[in-house]
Amino acid sequence: MIRAENIFKSFEDQEVLKGITTQFYPGKTNLIIGRSGAGKTVLLKLLVGLLSPTTGKVFYDDIDFFGLNKRQKRTIRMEVGMLFQASALFDSMTVEENIRFPLDMFTNMTRKEKLDRVNYCLERVNLHEVNDRYPSEVSGGMQKRVGIARAIVLKPKYLFCDEPNSGLDPKTAILIDELIRSITIENNMTTVVNTHDMNSVMGIGDNIILLYNGEIAWRGNRDEVMESNNEVLQNFIFASPFLQQLRDLALEK
Amino acid sequence: MFLKNFLTHLGRYVIMMRMAFSRPENMSMYYRETLRQMNDIGIGSVMIVGLISIFIGAVTAVQFAYQLDGTLVPTYYIGYIIRDSTIIELAPTITCLVLAGKVGSNIAAEIGGMRQKEHIDAMEIMGVNTAAYLVMPKVIAALFVIPMLVAIAAFISIIGGFAAAVPTGLMSTAEFVQGVRSFFEPYNVFMMFVKSVVFAGLLTSVSAYQGYYVEGGSIELGKASTNAVVFSDILILLADYVIAVLLTG
Repeated sequence: MIRAENIFKSFEDQEVLKGITTQFYPGKTNLIIGRSGAGKTVLLKLLVGLLSPTTGKVFYDDIDFFGLNKRQKRTIRMEVGMLFQASALFDSMTVEENIRFPLDMFTNMTRKEKLDRVNYCLERVNLHEVNDRYPSEVSGGMQKRVGIARAIVLKPKYLFCDEPNSGLDPKTAILIDELIRSITIENNMTTVVNTHDMNSVMGIGDNIILLYNGEIAWRGNRDEVMESNNEVLQNFIFASPFLQQLRDLALEK
Repeated sequence: MFLKNFLTHLGRYVIMMRMAFSRPENMSMYYRETLRQMNDIGIGSVMIVGLISIFIGAVTAVQFAYQLDGTLVPTYYIGYIIRDSTIIELAPTITCLVLAGKVGSNIAAEIGGMRQKEHIDAMEIMGVNTAAYLVMPKVIAALFVIPMLVAIAAFISIIGGFAAAVPTGLMSTAEFVQGVRSFFEPYNVFMMFVKSVVFAGLLTSVSAYQGYYVEGGSIELGKASTNAVVFSDILILLADYVIAVLLTG
């Protein structure tokens, strides 16, 4: 479990996060949603330790992450996998080398063991015969899946996904969502997804927090979204008249 | 303001270099990366270094022949001057100034591009010490390979001097060989290697620093690449003077 406690974050005079306190649970896909500029990416970067909070604490299973020294932080980070918005695959390496990189760096596995693990991860994300291709030679959706494969190769306890569906068509986006959810349940990982994709909210939102102006404006799960009277949530989720009509129809049913 | 900026950059540079030379997570990965960098920096620069060196030697020969024409200085001194000016100054300094442009800008662009494409963040999250993995192999590779390039440059430069002086009739082969073999001081070769090691360390670490801390988009990346070359060149020339004073004083 990951716990954020009273997180404040400012950049010069601008306060981006204002007292965020929340929990992210294992075996669930925890969503951080909100409009652009609401502070989602800053919160995610704080949770993984790429940024430090102005004040506040982040706990990984009751371990205060920012109270650790660099070596201890690295130990925690080896239990963290992250899928980046633009996948962040290393251009000069093949798909196989990208996924194998954490194994090469941190394990004493034999070459065959590494290859077996890489192939298992590729199989798990439904990718076949792409080992020798470079990231530029595969589609955006495939790059995301390679990103997921690389993120899970060290069997992490925590998985972070920064806008996993950005730039993908709706069908591929749903496939990626389903993949993230099934991997989360299968490995009992604490998964935190930063998104503003409504399909993700309604499809995989086991535990959702809505950020608005740096504060948590609403929290709940996908079943509670429809029935909530929270104005900020309603304005965010059902932003277009078409979606509002859909909601009304659903509620009537 | 200038002093504050200078101290900020100096502080960040020292922090980065301290992180860069901490214990590697996996020695074999760092070893492989160092070999790759040696190939990129060394083999990738042989052609340009050779080309420049041959002209440096040739120009030195022609200009000294012109300056000594009509004087009482023996002609074979041209060979001696070519050898010593090449070994003491031209080979290490010109080669490293050229490498600051070629290798330095490449290092800044490569690391800066990785920063912008979140590759560095991805490695950080995996638990990799990015300063060490991205900077240390480059610096170590340069410390080994650049002195070799400088030695090659010095040799080719003397050949260039020969090619410009002897076939054109400025002097005979015997005179050139006599000049090259006269008054030889092995200490000058030591000075050449000291300079090349110091310059190699400067140009790679300064360029890596520029790339590692780049922020913003492609314009900032271009600026970082330019700064890598400009600051490396300035520091190489400054270090050249300091080494000259210290080693000849």
